[in-house]
Amino acid sequence: MGSLILCDDLWKVYRVGHVTVQALRGINVAIEPGEFVAVMGASGSGKSTLMNILGCLDQPSRGRYRLDGLDIAGAASDILADIRNRHIGFVFQSFNLIPRTSALENAQLPLFYRGLSLQEQRAQAGSALERVGLAGREHHYPTQLSGGQQQRVAIARALVGSPTIVLADEPTGNLDMESSREILGILARLNRDGMTIIMVTHDSEVAAYASRQLMLQDGRILFDRATTSHVPVMQ
Amino acid sequence: MPAFILVTVLTALRVLSRNRLRAGLTMLGIMIGVAAVIALVSIGQGARAAVRSQVASMGTNVIVVLPGTTTVGGVRGGQGTVVTLTVSDGLELKKRIPLLVDTGWARRDVMQIVNGNRNWNGPVNGISPGYLKIRDWTYTSGGPFTQGDVDSAARVALIGQTTVENLFEAGEEPVGATIRIKNVPFRIVGVLTPKGQSAQGSDQDDVLFIPFTTAERKVFGSQFLGAVGALFASTERPEDLPEAVDEIREVLRVRHRLQPEQQDDFTIRTQVDIGSVQEGTSHTLTVMLFAIASVSLLVGGIGIMNILLVSVTERTREIGIRMAVGAKRVHILMQFLIEAVTLSVIGGLIGIAIGVVGARLTTIVAGWPTVISADTLVMAFIFSAGVGLFFGLYPANKAARLNPIEALRYE
Repeated sequence: MGSLILCDDLWKVYRVGHVTVQALRGINVAIEPGEFVAVMGASGSGKSTLMNILGCLDQPSRGRYRLDGLDIAGAASDILADIRNRHIGFVFQSFNLIPRTSALENAQLPLFYRGLSLQEQRAQAGSALERVGLAGREHHYPTQLSGGQQQRVAIARALVGSPTIVLADEPTGNLDMESSREILGILARLNRDGMTIIMVTHDSEVAAYASRQLMLQDGRILFDRATTSHVPVMQ
Repeated sequence: MPAFILVTVLTALRVLSRNRLRAGLTMLGIMIGVAAVIALVSIGQGARAAVRSQVASMGTNVIVVLPGTTTVGGVRGGQGTVVTLTVSDGLELKKRIPLLVDTGWARRDVMQIVNGNRNWNGPVNGISPGYLKIRDWTYTSGGPFTQGDVDSAARVALIGQTTVENLFEAGEEPVGATIRIKNVPFRIVGVLTPKGQSAQGSDQDDVLFIPFTTAERKVFGSQFLGAVGALFASTERPEDLPEAVDEIREVLRVRHRLQPEQQDDFTIRTQVDIGSVQEGTSHTLTVMLFAIASVSLLVGGIGIMNILLVSVTERTREIGIRMAVGAKRVHILMQFLIEAVTLSVIGGLIGIAIGVVGARLTTIVAGWPTVISADTLVMAFIFSAGVGLFFGLYPANKAARLNPIEALRYE
């Protein structure tokens, strides 16, 4: 009951034409506040599906998913939108910033849909950008920022609403080594400050930043263990 | 919510200004539609106003009673071929019907009018003073003749502008001058303010008014005294006209000793009858023009829908992002609706401007009267906003129903 995230026998079954695909086959996992979990696995292992369900973008076909005491399975789409707005911060592989829109406005977006006043939106988005080291870049457009900087805007957008968890889907997948290290450093620092982070990755070196590793294979958990080496090895 | 709408409108403006050519071409349909509505409705209303003012120039709330026709061996004569209306009918109406403010009578004939070495063939009207009030005649100089002039069959005359132009030198003062009709001298006591064309197209200023008694005894001659060409009456308010007409019919039928099965030996007309026929014609015109303009608004609306569908497809990923950070369906729906309405309202405003200028040009170039009423402008504005709302609904709904996962994955 005390767990932040509780998955109880989660199944996800797709029907593609006449073929049924079982993307998840009975996932049981509990995640406590303050954990940094890496979800690993090859493509097709079901990690993206799990991520979509954890992010309340999708619903499981069977099983129960509780987030911060809320029953997610079966909730209406508007309620899911509200839960995403308040509890979840997304960081995507391809940054997913809104084009031709300033860094500040991108970071404001969750607060905009929460209905805050413009001043509050700007103040909070400004301090979120400061936390990721982008003070002074508020009025830059995505095209004027490097990949690493764009991903930092995305992290600021994920943080701005003080969510319960940050979900990062291959956050370094489109970045060079140095930017990757920067982004992972920011995520690790956020985690030290108490943020619960779940990160999908296929890269074991990236996963090494997390404190716990969850390996998926064919829609089941292959292993679930604490990271052995806490010192990341990355050249 | 106000912040949401403000930001969404600004976002819409930014999106539209990014694709100026596309937005402009999309708005073209609405622009042309609205401009056409404004210009054509203004012309239609101008025509109606012109008819209305012509009708009003004949005097308002006026009832005209015309004599009936003869029927000899089944051959019917024209109107006024028999004397059925008399001065005493007029006096009786005045006495019996309190609803009538003024009553008057007139008889007309076309005669040769002479002033020195000039002459003119025009209508001469023998009238009672009540007639002048009913028809709302005013004077540019001088004034009307009086009941005393009528009683004494004085040789005085009132002259219309056209008649003045034909009988007098430019700049010559007609009041006080003496003219002759059938060798009878008349002193002109007043010049009438011009009224222009009547609703039937005749020149209302080609007139000469003399007292009814004078006309009867000294000019026209008469088979029997007291026969009038027409009776005139007016009421306080236009609403009273139908009741007054009924009462006049009743009084006249009794006086003329008509049996219930007999037809009226007179005809009663009101300005409402005369005006409504012509207003009806221009109303039909307005409706037709409106229908044509509506078609172009429809085409404009489809253009907006088309471009919005393109926009939704182009921005699928953005929609996915917005949904991921917590946008509800209604937020996405509103965003695209506001974009559609912004587009159509801007188009509508430009269209209104073009329409107003177009109507003005029509008046200046073609000389057609146009009336641009605030109602028309407000209607056009509401219509263009409505077109955006209606045709934006389908694309906006399509956007709001996207699946966030698929939208985020869209390339």
